[in-house]
This record gives sequence, structure tokens and C-alpha cells, in this order.
Amino acid sequence: MIEPNPKGEVWIFAEQESGQLHDTPLELCSKARGLADELGVPLAAVLVGKGVRELSYRLISGGVDKVYLAEHPMVDHYQTQPYAKLLCNLIETHKPQIVLFGATVMGRDLAPRVASQCRCGLTADCTDLQIGDHEDKRAGKTYHKLLYQIRPAFGGNIIATIVNTERWPQMATVREGVMPMSVPDSKRKGQIIDVDVNVGQQDLALRLIESHREAKKVNLKGARTIVAGGAGVGSRDSFQLLWDLANALGGAVAGSRAAVDSGFIPREYQVGQTGTTVRPALYIAVGISGAVQHRVGMEESGKIIAINWDANAPIFQYAHYGIVGDLNVVLPKMIAAVKARV
Amino acid sequence: MGYNCVVLAKQVPDTHKVTGKAMKDDGTVNRAALPAVFNPEDLNALEMAIQVKERAGGTVTVMTMGLPTACDILRESLYRGADRGILLTDRRCAGSDTLATSYILSCAIRHLGKVDLVFCGRQAIDGDTAQVGPQTAEKLGIPQMTYVEKLLDVTNGHIRARRNLGHGWEVVEGALPMLVTVTEAANDPRPSAARRLMRYKAAQSPAEIARQVSIDMKQADDAARAAETKKRTEALAARGLLLEQWSLDDFPIDFAWVGLDGSPTKVHRVQSIVLTGSGYHEVAPTDDSIRTLIHELIEDHTIG
Ligand SMILES: Cc1cc2nc3c(=O)[nH]c(=O)nc-3n(C[C@H](O)[C@H](O)[C@H](O)COP(=O)(O)OP(=O)(O)OC[C@H]3O[C@@H](n4cnc5c(N)ncnc54)[C@H](O)[C@@H]3O)c2cc1C
Repeated sequence: MIEPNPKGEVWIFAEQESGQLHDTPLELCSKARGLADELGVPLAAVLVGKGVRELSYRLISGGVDKVYLAEHPMVDHYQTQPYAKLLCNLIETHKPQIVLFGATVMGRDLAPRVASQCRCGLTADCTDLQIGDHEDKRAGKTYHKLLYQIRPAFGGNIIATIVNTERWPQMATVREGVMPMSVPDSKRKGQIIDVDVNVGQQDLALRLIESHREAKKVNLKGARTIVAGGAGVGSRDSFQLLWDLANALGGAVAGSRAAVDSGFIPREYQVGQTGTTVRPALYIAVGISGAVQHRVGMEESGKIIAINWDANAPIFQYAHYGIVGDLNVVLPKMIAAVKARV
Repeated sequence: MGYNCVVLAKQVPDTHKVTGKAMKDDGTVNRAALPAVFNPEDLNALEMAIQVKERAGGTVTVMTMGLPTACDILRESLYRGADRGILLTDRRCAGSDTLATSYILSCAIRHLGKVDLVFCGRQAIDGDTAQVGPQTAEKLGIPQMTYVEKLLDVTNGHIRARRNLGHGWEVVEGALPMLVTVTEAANDPRPSAARRLMRYKAAQSPAEIARQVSIDMKQADDAARAAETKKRTEALAARGLLLEQWSLDDFPIDFAWVGLDGSPTKVHRVQSIVLTGSGYHEVAPTDDSIRTLIHELIEDHTIG
């Protein structure tokens, strides 16, 4: 735990595996850059591994001013305790005001351990971060420029904004895919700071016996256009219309949980609270009612078109364009219109 | 021989059942109207503990921090095969965030003596934080295995399990003691055993007994009620059916780290998701309008 330190840096944990940077640090870069600028402090990344110096440059071009680089054979493969020890030592030394992790399996394994060891607060799975003031009525005190850690709770039925007032750093894990990836700018300059790795055999509590990685087959997160179908599509066969439209647009197909549960499309394609969070430039929701659990996975899309024959479906309340009608009639017209443009 | 297992379980509102009935007129969720259930992944944690006991011997103790109503999940645990249920209930726990909660739980676990394995569900469906497990492990100073989707082996003081990494899996092994967080894929929790249900359905905690007495003896004075509560409590204990109830005075703890004051995170604000009509651009389902829409999207570079 450190005292509130308004001059402290903003940090992100740069998750990497086998020398590959995960998407989340790059997503964090763009958001955290904005936070650091607003606070007028540097943005730094903590990068841990073996032979990963190269990745520092990607982080710098992504927007960080500094990379704390911890390289050592002992931390080649991720393990909770040595990584937690390293981070806690760095936090004690440099006293950052904010530390952010991706809400990945690794981030959600590591961040709570670090927060517990530092005795500071941690908010899980944030979907947004902002800077703002907080009034503690009980203590009659106002805090300035705190990190608003914004997350859905209660199965997505409420949105809570959490702050850490006295015990810093302010720590959060951030949901994957909700923040845009930073666009690399190779002209950006940054500093790489090598840090000591004080980790020994006694810190390695687990022994890795075997591991298996699957390449991610479905890449909804990267799609610029998504055509998503719901229970209203009615069958796997009718889903073909969505594939046709997506092909014509050069986009991807996705589904609501009801569509997945009905077997219209495999689970990897599910968008929403228990699926993937997407933010394409265009999201076309076809026969989807727009339940809150679906909404949290797609409402950040640039433009949302809803096609539903029920004018009162909740999806229309956050769509930019609405077509009230039978999808079996509307989709062929859309496919024709898209194909006709060339 | 055998392993002493502790399962950390939580009673939660069933957020999966947000139906029309649980909605208020303003479109927000009425939490009180949701049924309270055994947090789903905690059932997987309990099942894993029972399997360890079946294979290697030992004990299964289920501990829950919450209101006396959480005794429901302690009884359910006994029906399914747990040996012991402990309700940790104390007003001073109120307002605890994950850090304070894990501190309280770790102090209570320490008080149990030698513990080899602590099992938790990966996360609870009301908060979805997945933080209490790892934080409890840290407070106990023991290692953690999170996201376990399969228990492979517990022998010679070591546990081997498969972790789900989202994009693959890994098999890891470590020496006990260990804290394990369990995912829903790990097993199929067994149902209640009829014989155990018959035996344990009468099990109650002192808080529940006191509440029942105050209902049964509305007219009586405090002394009479206290005497009756004592009588019933002793009778249940004699039959081995008293659920243990602990307060923060029952084990060593530093009060600076519990409850609202012990919690570094504060709620700044809570917004219910309300479906607000912001107004959308209506497009008629005709060839012309749809062509115009596509044209607009090309013009503003939404589609290329
Ligand atoms: C804890 C939890 C997590 C969840 N996670 C997710 C998640 O990640 N993703 C998700 O999507 N859901 C999730 N859900 C489920 C969510 O609550 C909804 O049940 C689900 O999104 C509904 O899917 P739907 O809109 O496809 O189906 P429905 O709600 O059944 O809607 C179908 C729609 O299609 C329309 N329709 C029917 N026929 C036609 C036609 N011919 N032409 C035009 N329109 C038509 C209907 O008017 C209706 O609006 C979750 C629920 C819970 C409790």
C-alpha cells in the first residue's frame, strides 16, 4: 500500500506469452495514455519475461513513455507468485498512482494477488475508466482526480463506479476488447529501464507439466463489420442470409446467446456479457431483442443497425438505425443493395 | 492420513433469473425479488473437495460469510457430503470489499488449524470479480491454482490439475497447502443424498433458532425467549445438528482491516441499467430506403 501520490505514474501490465504481446496491453495503452495526459504524468508499462526486449518498442510506439523491463529465465513462463513479487517490489519503489491489467486469465490471476500483497483496492473487469472527483460524505472529504473504475455488476444489471480514496495505487483489471487498440506511431520515443529480478526457486510454487495452446479461430474483436443474428433468425439455414450479407460487406458473423443456445451458430461467435465484447465500426443486429447482457457486448460499436419486426424491442433504444420488419424480407434487400454498390 | 479441505461458498441472488417479475417499473432490477441460490461454481468447488475426500480421505468443511439465511447453502452442502458447515456472520463484516473479505476468511481458515486444500468457485455471479480466491491465498501465504477445469490427482501432499487458459490449457502441479479456484466445467456436482437430506434438514444455526423462537413466542419476555433458545440450541447440538456460527470475536483478527473501513475500494456511484429511448433513425423496409441507408454508410466510410 502506498499513500495517495498524485504525481505518480500511470502503469499498465504488458501481458506477453512466448514472446508475443497480448492485445490487452495495446488496448490499455490507448486508454491509459489519455488518463496519463489528463493527470499530467508519464505512462509506463511493466514487461516481464525472457528475451522480450523487442516488445518494448511496440509498447513505446503504442504510447508509453517508459518500459520497466524485467528479464530473467525464472520469469520466462508466467507464474503467480514470482510475477506478483516483482510487481509489488516495483510498486513500492516507484509508487505509481494507477496500475492497470487486462482482465484476461493471467490478469485476473495476478492482479488480486498483487493488490492483496500491497493491501490496496482492486476493481475487476472494468469496461471504462475516467478521471474525476469523489466526495466522501461520511468523512466529509473531497478527493480530486481519482480513477473512476466503471464496471457492470450484478449480472450486468447495474453499472458501478468504484474509487480508491486512501490506499493506493488505484488498481483495476480491464475487460478485453472494450477499448480500441492504440495505433502504432513509430516516431514516438520512450525509455527502457532494466529492473532487477529478485526471484528464486522458492518463489516457483507450481511446476508446469504440460500445456496446450489453441489458435483463436474466430476473430470477432478484429472485425470492422459484424452481422449478428438472434433467436429471431429461426434456424441454422436462415443464418445463411447473415453469412451472405457479411460476405458482401467483408465482415464477420456473430450471434446472441439465444442463437448459440438454439444451435444456429457455435459458441465462439457469441457476443455479450458471457461472450465476446466487440466494437466494430458497424454492428447489424438481426432478430435480436437487445437484452442488457447482449448490449454490454456491443454497445460501443460505431454504428448499430437493428432489424426486428417488433417496434418495441429494446434493441431500438440504442440502435442508430432501425428497420422494423421481417428479417427474411429485409436481409435479401440489404444484400442486393450492398452488391449493387459496385 | 487424508486431507483437510475447506470450501469457501457464497449465497448469491440468482442474477441469471432476471425475469419480468424482478424488474421494477423504472426498468431496473429489483434485487430483493431474486431468489437466493448457492453460487454455481462454489458447487463445483464443493464437489471437488468431496472427491478428494473420497479418494484420499480427510474432511470437508464448508465456510460461508453472510447473513444467517446463508445457512441454506450450509445445509445443502451437508446433504451433498460435507462434514461440517460454518456460518461466519457479524455486522462488522458489512461493507467489506474483496480485500477485507479475503482477510476475514483467511483469519477464519487459520483458526481451523491444519488445512491442506482451500477450494473456491472461480467467481460469484453477483460480482463476477474472481478476486476473493487469489486474495485469500495471498493472505494465507499459500500458492494458488486458478481456473481449474479438471482435478487430475492429489497424492503424497501434491495436487495436479488442469487450468483453463481461455485459449488452451495447462497442467500444473504443486505441493500442499494450495488454494484452488474451480470452474463450472470441472465436474457435475452431485445432487443431495436422500439419506443425508433426511438427517440434516433439521440442522440450524443459533441465529436461526433465535429467530424461530421470537416468532414462536411473540408474547414472551426476553428472558423466557433466551431460555427457550438455549434449550433448543442444546437439544440440536446433542443430536449433532447445530450449524456452527462464528463471529469476529471467535478468532484473532485486526479490526482495522475489516468492513467498510478496511476496504480500500469505495462505491462512487451505482447506476441501474435503464432502457432509455434515445431515438434512432427509422429506415423503412423498402428497396429504396435500404439502398439509401447503404449509400449513407459508404459515404461516411462506415463500410468500405
Ligand atoms: C448471466 C447472463 C449472461 C448472458 N450473457 C449473454 C451474452 O453474452 N450474449 C447474449 O446475447 N445474451 C446473453 N444472455 C441472454 C440474454 O438475456 C437474452 O436472453 C438473449 O440475448 C436473447 O437473445 P435474442 O435477442 O437472440 O432472443 P430473443 O430475446 O428471443 O429475441 C428475438 C427477437 O427476434 C425478433 N424476431 C423474431 N422473428 C423475427 C423476424 N422474422 N424478423 C425480425 N425480427 C424477428 C423478435 O421480435 C425478438 O425481438 C445472458 C443472460 C444471462 C442471465
